[in-house]
Amino acid sequence: MSSPAPRSGGRLAENLLVAAAVAVVGLLIVVPLASVFAEAFAGGVAAWWRALAHDPDTRHAIWLSLTVAPLAVAINTGFGIAAAWLLARFRFPGRSLLITLCDLPFSVSPVVAGLALVLIFGRQGLLGPTLAALGWKVIFSWPGLVLATTFVTLPLVVREVLPVMEAIGPEEELAAVSLGAGGWQVFTRITLPNIRWALLHGVVLANARAMGEFGAVYVVSGHIAGATDTMPLRVEKLFQEYRTPASMAVASVLAGLALVTLVAKFVIERQLEAEARELAAARGLADTIDTDPATAGSDASGKDSSA
Amino acid sequence: MSDTTSRRGLRRSVLPGFGTSAAITSLVITAMVILPLSVLVFRAASLGPAGFLAAAWTPRARAAYAVSLGAALAAAAISSACGLLVAWVLVRIPFPGRRLLDALVDVPLALPTAVAGLVYSALYVERGWLGRFLVPLGIHGAYSWLGIVLVLTFVSLPFAIRVVQPVLESLDRDTEEAARMLGASRLQTFMKVILPAIVPALLTGFALALARALGEYGSVVFISGNMPFKTEIAPVLIVSRLEEFAYAEATAIAVVLLAMSISLLIVVNTLQQWAARNAH
Repeated sequence: MSSPAPRSGGRLAENLLVAAAVAVVGLLIVVPLASVFAEAFAGGVAAWWRALAHDPDTRHAIWLSLTVAPLAVAINTGFGIAAAWLLARFRFPGRSLLITLCDLPFSVSPVVAGLALVLIFGRQGLLGPTLAALGWKVIFSWPGLVLATTFVTLPLVVREVLPVMEAIGPEEELAAVSLGAGGWQVFTRITLPNIRWALLHGVVLANARAMGEFGAVYVVSGHIAGATDTMPLRVEKLFQEYRTPASMAVASVLAGLALVTLVAKFVIERQLEAEARELAAARGLADTIDTDPATAGSDASGKDSSA
Repeated sequence: MSDTTSRRGLRRSVLPGFGTSAAITSLVITAMVILPLSVLVFRAASLGPAGFLAAAWTPRARAAYAVSLGAALAAAAISSACGLLVAWVLVRIPFPGRRLLDALVDVPLALPTAVAGLVYSALYVERGWLGRFLVPLGIHGAYSWLGIVLVLTFVSLPFAIRVVQPVLESLDRDTEEAARMLGASRLQTFMKVILPAIVPALLTGFALALARALGEYGSVVFISGNMPFKTEIAPVLIVSRLEEFAYAEATAIAVVLLAMSISLLIVVNTLQQWAARNAH
């Protein structure tokens, strides 16, 4: 913003760079994204709807995704808030290790995660005989899907809420406690409102990841059509059966969800930025370098905020 | 912080909820992270060193590691280079539609990998929008190693961009301006002033992109053709062995993959600490 105006040669270089960047993003991201919708609706909206609604296995896949994903997200939201509270407000031996463990699912290949679950809950697994005796099916059944999805989305809510909890600090909560508020009151009246945007951000990201998860669910589900196929698995099955238009139809629903996720993410991040600016202003810091806690909490940047 | 240390080693927390949050957190972490990964490692260890080697080092497995690593390295390199370009443009050059471009960068993070795989494969086959131009030129983007690199670049691009972007944003322009005023050309300024400052971030972005690409399964399954010894990545081999009930082999290969992932995690953490120290 304070750089001098470029010379005419510089202007050309800048335009070339912009063109190159647009070409890269266009080729790698925009063209594929556009082609999902183009191919899905190539036969008209009626054909698209038929592919989704008239195929019982596809209907089941949609229903399954819409039940498994929110359940996994709910579990991770509960976990995320608890873990963020623990890590942000207390110091204890093993804290750094715990932070690393929370982040670990990010580094593990989904297939490896799925395999690990099979080794525990599968027929020949650690708990196999116990589960068989109880008549409970985990692998090749929806509890396994929930477990696999929960694993891969585990870090997402914690990573969003933890930095914000740390940035806000415990002062308000301490004040409430000193005035006699009980634990639940402190949580619902003070903590929760403070973290609501970060929480929402985490939930939105976790939901997108949960609905789209493929590898871990593939291993754990046995991909039985009409029983344990989620939407991404349904896309793959239709693709394998050379039913590409139907596959594209399901894919377009997932892509549409991804776009909604991005819009929601964009809106929420604006809120987070605004809140961070207010916080900085209230603390009297005139020059805040990084006003975007969303950067610290987003998928890409790494592990931070370890004491 | 929120503890009052009354005596050395004795802390009383003023804030409530330690017990509850600790219980929930430990329960979930133990059940969902520690237990599964430990079982994986123990099962592999129970093969014994010779057995493990026999299971993890078969010719097909070696080929799979080579394909996985090779494609992931290529994709991470391309992602890092393109990532620097896109981050530079987003941070330094105002142009109409910049916010849109910035938002588009996040698409690979939100889009299910199965959709990415499906669409890339449809694009690059002979009848696809891009394949109809590329295949006659001999460029096969589908059912090939190139296809794997393409989808891996797609999924890892946001990681490369989002790590470099904030560093570019917070660069101190004074040194740059001083260099320009002293007569350095734009290229010299870039090579001598800017590049050294962003090297830690570039390396971190590369490592993160590599980590993402190594574990990727969903999109590759659609585009590679999964041909053993040629385009079969390690995760595909694991699934293949699992479906044939060869648990020993699957577990061993999974542990190798896990070891690679954790090593990268350590590298990334170290790089980020280095970057944080350099920033001062």
